[in-house]
Amino acid sequence: MRNAPYGFLLPPAVLFVLFFALPIGYAVWLSFRKVRVSGLGLGSGARTEVWAGLQNYTEALTGGELLHGALRVLGYGCIVVPVMLGLALLFALMLDTEKVRLASFTRLTIFLPYAVPGVVAALLWGFLYLPDVSPFSYLLGELHLPWPDLLDGGPLYLALSNIAVWGGTGFNMIVIYTALRAVPAEVYEAAKLDGCSPLQIALRIKIPMVAPSLVLTFFFSIIATLQVFNEPTTLKPLTNSVSTTWSPLMKVYQDAFGRGDIHAAAAEAVLVALATLVLSFGFLRAANRRSRQEGAR
Amino acid sequence: MNALAARTNTTPGTAQGPPPRRRTALVPTVTLLLGALYCLLPVAWVVIAATKSGRELFSTFTFLPGSGFADNLRDLNTYRDGVYWRWMGNSALYAGLGALLSTAVSACGGYALAVYRFRGRETVFNILLAGVLMPPVILAVPQYLLLAEADLTDSYVSVLLPLVLSPYGVYLSRIYAAAAVPADVVEAGRMDGAGEWRIFTRVALPMMVPGLVTVFLFQFVAVWNNFLLPYIMLSDDEKFPITLGLYTLLEQGANTPALYTLVITGAFLAVVPLIALFLVVQRFWSLDLLSGAVKS
Repeated sequence: MRNAPYGFLLPPAVLFVLFFALPIGYAVWLSFRKVRVSGLGLGSGARTEVWAGLQNYTEALTGGELLHGALRVLGYGCIVVPVMLGLALLFALMLDTEKVRLASFTRLTIFLPYAVPGVVAALLWGFLYLPDVSPFSYLLGELHLPWPDLLDGGPLYLALSNIAVWGGTGFNMIVIYTALRAVPAEVYEAAKLDGCSPLQIALRIKIPMVAPSLVLTFFFSIIATLQVFNEPTTLKPLTNSVSTTWSPLMKVYQDAFGRGDIHAAAAEAVLVALATLVLSFGFLRAANRRSRQEGAR
Repeated sequence: MNALAARTNTTPGTAQGPPPRRRTALVPTVTLLLGALYCLLPVAWVVIAATKSGRELFSTFTFLPGSGFADNLRDLNTYRDGVYWRWMGNSALYAGLGALLSTAVSACGGYALAVYRFRGRETVFNILLAGVLMPPVILAVPQYLLLAEADLTDSYVSVLLPLVLSPYGVYLSRIYAAAAVPADVVEAGRMDGAGEWRIFTRVALPMMVPGLVTVFLFQFVAVWNNFLLPYIMLSDDEKFPITLGLYTLLEQGANTPALYTLVITGAFLAVVPLIALFLVVQRFWSLDLLSGAVKS
């Protein structure tokens, strides 16, 4: 009995060591190493792995490509996160209204994109962005309006954001809606007796009540946004505007498998992980401090 | 939905208060319908586009069905000796077997963390949770290199094993086990002389089933939708899952519009099974379980 919990924890622990701890440790180790080529780099002894110190890190940070990718992803995230969570909150509040019709149908439909792989979602929207096959360009053409090139420049950010919003809103809506339903009905009854309108109830009571799940969805959205890879990779064949290093993770992939420099890739991967941790935990701390202040008031 | 209806019915005010207005709440209903329309748009498009022949795709209005579905299907079936269906089969294998293993591991871990008091319990839990935060790429690239050392890359195992441990699955299992398995039931089992493993498999597991179904579905979707890991691990396209297969098809098709119809039909057929799965499953399983909601 005393050893039983350890027995049950053995399978997850072994997998954790093999597929989480070991790879992370190995990536950190690789990030401090580099390949030194002597002579022409031919023969078996010509390429040796040596200690590199922080060289991979300084190169990643000064090389420009990684930072440009980070800036692009930041711009993309500034669209995706507010729009996606705003819509998720709006739909959750609407579902939680009395006398709403077709609630189960709309709830399931808005959730459905969750079951569509990011690659397939990007592919579907990619075709809808192509002027040759898109229904929107057809309609605009009938109205004699020009078709904006959605896969270039600024609109590309909107095009990519739209794919993420489409795929992610439903899941976040469910998380927020679940939190809303946990609020006891008596709370609203009291507010209604005091003459609050449904809008006031939503703004003053419901949104503060679900603040913890909003924080949680925000937290996971930031992480997912920084790691965007599938959607821009899938759109790449359709446009020249998505480079092989468009997002930080694409840069890591490109360095590891395109250029074959695993040491640079490892340093960049560690940097992306650190940035993710700092940003997401920074946000959590800020959110906690805010709620504590409000509690004190 | 049922719970929502139940709540509005049992709200005290509606029974005795002023007569309930029959009017539909217009703004919420319309907002939700617009949201649903937005979510259905690409799906509706691909359903119709899959019926078009290559010529119709570029010449007729998008939302008019075409006449080429049978031809498209035949083209897809014969494309490289039906490799498309092999990708679908691979995806089913990766997602089905992977989710099954993952659920078993999550159940063990979640049960241990919920039922036992032992030193280091919270530490173990927090370390596991930290795994959620790791960008897949910081894992995937060294996972590839480590598996290459063991000569295991470009194999089914290389896509299956790294996804078996799901930190979110362990987290959900812990919540479900804590809510569904009462401590006195475990204690009663011990009184009857049952071993810990026997109590887990015979008593606790059946109680955890609704939660474990959720873990299974969550992980099934996560593996089915995964792209990065197979993209990194696999080079033999006989082992590709559907996401990677469609991607390579699109990559080749980008310059050959003749392949567009193949990609579109393939995307259509790839979307159908998961949507069907959710439509069937939601009849006896609540979406809310996905976010860790536990019925009281």
